[in-house]
Amino acid sequence: MDNGQRGDYAIETRGLNLWYGDFQALIDVDLEVKRGIITSMIGPSGCGKTTLLRTCNRIIERLGYVRTTGSVYVLGHDIFGDDVELVQVRKQVGMVFQRPNPLPISIRDNVLFGFRLHEARTRKVSAAEENDVLESSLRQVLLWDTVKDRLNRPATGLSLEEQQKLCIARLLPVKPEVLLMDEPCSALDPAGTEAVEEMIWQLRGDYTILIVTHNMAQARRASDECVFMLLGRIIEHGRTEELFLAPENPKTADYIEGRYG
Amino acid sequence: MFAATPLNRRSHRNQNVARAVFFLMTVALVIPVLIIVGTLVVRGGPALSWEFLFTAPRDNMTAGGILPALVGTIWLVVVALLASVPVGVAAALYLSEYAPDNLLTRTINLAIINLAGVPSIVHALFGVGAFVYFFRFGASILAASLTLAVMTLPVVIVATRESLQAVPQAFREACWNMGATRWQTIRKVVLPNSISGILTGVILEVSRTAGETAPIMFTGATAFVAFLPESVFDQTMAMSYHLYYIATQATDVPEQLTFGVALVLIAIVLAMNAVSIAFRVYLRGLKKW
Repeated sequence: MDNGQRGDYAIETRGLNLWYGDFQALIDVDLEVKRGIITSMIGPSGCGKTTLLRTCNRIIERLGYVRTTGSVYVLGHDIFGDDVELVQVRKQVGMVFQRPNPLPISIRDNVLFGFRLHEARTRKVSAAEENDVLESSLRQVLLWDTVKDRLNRPATGLSLEEQQKLCIARLLPVKPEVLLMDEPCSALDPAGTEAVEEMIWQLRGDYTILIVTHNMAQARRASDECVFMLLGRIIEHGRTEELFLAPENPKTADYIEGRYG
Repeated sequence: MFAATPLNRRSHRNQNVARAVFFLMTVALVIPVLIIVGTLVVRGGPALSWEFLFTAPRDNMTAGGILPALVGTIWLVVVALLASVPVGVAAALYLSEYAPDNLLTRTINLAIINLAGVPSIVHALFGVGAFVYFFRFGASILAASLTLAVMTLPVVIVATRESLQAVPQAFREACWNMGATRWQTIRKVVLPNSISGILTGVILEVSRTAGETAPIMFTGATAFVAFLPESVFDQTMAMSYHLYYIATQATDVPEQLTFGVALVLIAIVLAMNAVSIAFRVYLRGLKKW
C-alpha cells in the first residue's frame, strides 16, 4: 500500500474546493462515503451534486477551465496524487449518466467493451470466459432473461430502462468498487425507474454506490445514507430515514418539505 | 367570423410571391447544369467509342483518343490521395479529438480556412517553386499530385472533422468512463462511426482533383506524350489539361473531339459524386443510432 492510504471509506473528500473559471461550485466539501452501501445526494439544481460526483473519478477535468484544491481519496488513495493513472481510477470508479449511453454496437460488445479493453489485452481470454462474464454481468443488473436471446442485436434497440441497465452492466466486468450514478432514472418512466431502483438495490453490498437524484422520494426509498447539498456546500449527511424524519439543519427541513428547490 | 380580412389577403399574396421567387431561383440553379450536360451529350456524345477511350491522340491531336490523358488523371488522383488523405485525416483527428481550444488551435483553423481560399493558380506557382524546383522532383506526376494534395487538403480536413464531430459526445464519455484512452476511443468508437463521412469527403476530393487544371499545368502535365506514365517521375497527360490544350492551343481539332473530352471529364466527376452520395446513403443506413 502506498502512503496515500487512509481510513476505510470508499470515497473521502477533505477540504475540497472546485472552481469553474471564477465560479466556485464546491466549497470546502468534507464527504465520507461508507463502503458497500448506497449513498444518495439531494439538493436543488446547481448545488454541486453532479460536480462532486464527477470529481470522484476526475472526469470533471475534461472541461479545461476547472481548478480544484483539497483532496479526494478513493478506497483510501489520493486520486490527485502524482503517480495516479486515470485509467486505473476509472476502472475502480464506474460512472452512469443521466441519459443511457450505450455504444452503437451489439449488446454483447457493449458489456464486454471494458473487459476487452483491460483484461483481454494482458492475457488470453477464452470465448467461454467472455460468455461467463457477459452472463454474470447481465444477471447482476437483472437484464439477462430479457436479452439472452438477442445478445448480438444492437444495444440501441433496447428500451431506455434496458439501456440504462446495460450501461451499468458494462461497468461490472472490470470489477469496480464504486459506482457513481448521475440521476440514472431521470430519463425513465415510473415503471422503468422502479425496475432500475430494484436493480440498484440488488447491487448494494457488492459495490459502493453514490447516486445523485432530483427525486426525494427515490432518495428516501433507495438509499442507506443521504447527503443534502446547497450552493456548493454539504449541509447535512446522515442515515436516510433520520435525515428525512428529523433533519438537524433547518435548511434541510425546508428543502425536504418542499419550501424551495 | 372566420372570413379573411384584407390584411390576411395581403399576407397570403406576399407569401405566394416569396415562394414563387424562391422557386424560380432554385430552378435557375439547375438550368446551367442541364444546359452544360445537354450540350456535351449532344455534341460530344457521337465522339465516344471504345477506340476514343482506349487509344492515344493522333495527327496533332486532331484525331484518335484520350487514353494517355485518362490514365494520367488516374495517376494524378491516386498519388494525390495517397499524400493528402493520411495527412488530412490525422490532422482532423488531432483537431477534433485532442486539440485544446487555445491560440495555436485557432491559428491552425484559420490557416486551414485560408488554405481553402487560395486560388488554384497560386497553388500551381507554389507547386512549381516547392516541388518542381526546391525538392527537385522536376515537372512530374509527383510534383503535380503533391500540388493537388496541398490544394485539396482543407477539403479532407473539414469533411473529416465534421464527420468526427457528428459522433455523439455520449459515446466518447461512455468509453472514457470505462477507462479507455483517447486513442482507444477513437479506434473503437469514433472512427467506425464516422468512416462514412470521411470516405464521402475523400470521394469529393477525388472529383475535385480530377477536374483541376491550373495546379498541374506547370508542375507535371504535358500536352502530349505518346507513352503511358511508368513512374511518378514521368510527365503525363491529364484530362483537364488535355481539354484546355485542344480547345485553345491546338489547331484544326474537330469540335466533336473537344466536346467528347469534356463529356468524359464531367462524366468522371459526376460519377464520383454519385458514388459518394450512394455510398453515404448506404452507410447512413447501417448507422445504428
